[in-house]
Amino acid sequence: MTTRIDTRFAALKAEGRPALVTYVMAGDPDLATGQAILEALPQAGADIIELGMPFSDPMADGVAIQLAGQRSLAAGQTLRGVLGMVEDFRRKDETTPIVLMGYYNPVYSFGVEAFVTAAKAAGADGLIIVDLPPEEDDELCLPAMAAGLNFIRLTTPTTDDKRLPAVLKNSSGFVYYVSMTGVTGAVIKSRGAVGDAVDRIKSHTDLPVAVGFGIKTAEDAAEIGKHADGIVVGSVLVDAVARSLVDGKATDQTVDAVRTLVAEIFSGVKRARG
Amino acid sequence: MDTTGINSLRNGPDDDGRFGIFGGRFVAETLMPLILDLEAHYRAAQVDPAFKAELNDLSVHYAGRPSPLYFAERLTKHLGGAKVWFKREELNHTGSHKINNCLGQILLAKRMGKTRVIAETGAGQHGVATATVCAKFELPCTIFMGATDVERQMPNVLRMKMLGAEVRPVTAGAGTLKDAMNEALRDWVTNVDSTYYLIGTAAGPHPYPEMVRDFQSVIGTEIKDEFARTQGKLPDAVVACVGGGSNAIGTFHAFLDDPDVKLYGAEAGGHGIDVENGHAASMTGGRPGVLHGNRTYLLQDKDGQILEGHSISAGLDYPGVGPEHAFLHDSKRVTYAPITDTEALEAFQLCTRLEGIIPALESAHGLAQLMKVAPSMDKDQSIVLCLSGRGDKDVESVGKYLGLL
Repeated sequence: MTTRIDTRFAALKAEGRPALVTYVMAGDPDLATGQAILEALPQAGADIIELGMPFSDPMADGVAIQLAGQRSLAAGQTLRGVLGMVEDFRRKDETTPIVLMGYYNPVYSFGVEAFVTAAKAAGADGLIIVDLPPEEDDELCLPAMAAGLNFIRLTTPTTDDKRLPAVLKNSSGFVYYVSMTGVTGAVIKSRGAVGDAVDRIKSHTDLPVAVGFGIKTAEDAAEIGKHADGIVVGSVLVDAVARSLVDGKATDQTVDAVRTLVAEIFSGVKRARG
Repeated sequence: MDTTGINSLRNGPDDDGRFGIFGGRFVAETLMPLILDLEAHYRAAQVDPAFKAELNDLSVHYAGRPSPLYFAERLTKHLGGAKVWFKREELNHTGSHKINNCLGQILLAKRMGKTRVIAETGAGQHGVATATVCAKFELPCTIFMGATDVERQMPNVLRMKMLGAEVRPVTAGAGTLKDAMNEALRDWVTNVDSTYYLIGTAAGPHPYPEMVRDFQSVIGTEIKDEFARTQGKLPDAVVACVGGGSNAIGTFHAFLDDPDVKLYGAEAGGHGIDVENGHAASMTGGRPGVLHGNRTYLLQDKDGQILEGHSISAGLDYPGVGPEHAFLHDSKRVTYAPITDTEALEAFQLCTRLEGIIPALESAHGLAQLMKVAPSMDKDQSIVLCLSGRGDKDVESVGKYLGLL
């Protein structure tokens, strides 16, 4: 089974550059503006989109994404609403892969079978669920695979060579390497160590490896993109949304703020391989 | 653990950390190698006589175990039913049952070579117990506490600071125990190499619920032994309050396979179980979900977003409960019932006036449940309350409620 994610990475490999993976919170700062941001991403340079499913208790996220989730929930976002956003996006864009990213409880509450079916039907391509390690694969990973969705796993600096095969076993689409032990939006201490880690993972798998957490600038993207098959930016985009707001409300700057920043980071991605 | 028989309710958890469908290891990958390592160290400690001996020595000479079993004569007469007994966990060093678990886990942290300890706390009892063992074992510690709780449990905040702990107020959400736990998890994921997360309640990813239960099980075991020795029988009923549920599981566990002993858990009913987001009774008013590393009963909205809940008692103000309680609720071995803020306040005052014991507001929930059950029991029957903590920390907030300030 080839998914949009596989096709996209294959195309970029031929092109000789890493993928720009952009994370935005679905429905931040409000449902309409969130949709406009989502639809602006591909043209600004996003190759793959991670769409955040808001959760009240995002334990693995820093304050930027936590606040974005709160804005989205306050605007009335629901899991069904997130799937609706994907469906609307797909009417206009049939090729850009969308990965839904979040925590397990809203999915569990929705019902696992109902969720994977609805996500596939809406046009989502993969899932990243932060609090489902391989030890809990029966919960969602296996049903998602059966429904034709990629299950993208996080690997971290604490995932050693002994554990890596177990983590990679049911992974598909790509491998998401978390650049540090920390929450989203923190600071990468050593880019060199990230490169070594990417090489280490690639010695275990043929899947593309994307690096996320702590990538904030075009320069970061160019540097990390030398080794990685993809770089993920999230907290800075979400921060750009936050900074554009006046009294918590979207302004005519909001969508542009994200668009401009994505284009800027895309310039780093393009020069990553010289 | 002396589990006997395949039908025992005391066999959980299984190898995957499950009690029936509850429990598990729902954590980010960064933490996964760490909790596997923790489990390996715990398994090694369990069979190491030196670990047991050191813990036992500390329990006796540092914490003051065994805690007394006290016959509450005036309360018995007042209620007019079963004989009422208190298991006096509030007389332990630091003023609650929390020290039992902290002593066990700090020894484990030392064995693992960790150089820093973090913990979450609601009422501050666990924070104080953690700060205490960290002072004794010379480990720096950071305690995460919701900003709301910092305010309503100031005496414990001061104790923690005097013991050398850094207290970090958490302003996210309603500023209570759930938010403190989120923040502790964020710190842990950032400082995995150096840091030991000393969870205070019988919840979180496997092996915490099992480990905390094991360290707290001394409560029920002592009740059972003391009853056998002095009364020549088992008690007829045992009661404890349930937030995350560490004192309750520690009290109940020894009795799970004694079907004649009725077990009651008092949940925080807050303003009443019918008031939306106005209580913290996750089993009575919630449904199964996944939070903080385990599947359990949770207070959540229809989209699976976690509710804040409410309780007058900071220690019970948590939208979840330990997974073993969720299992015991489904299997109906334990009866869990909500106690409102008002009922807890009444029990608090009654205990203070009749017995000269000021209970923690958490324990007052257990007492309120006992007060509902004891009158309809026979006079030759016995009911035991785990008096899990002392109420010194609550006198100011109760004083405000009662208009004394």
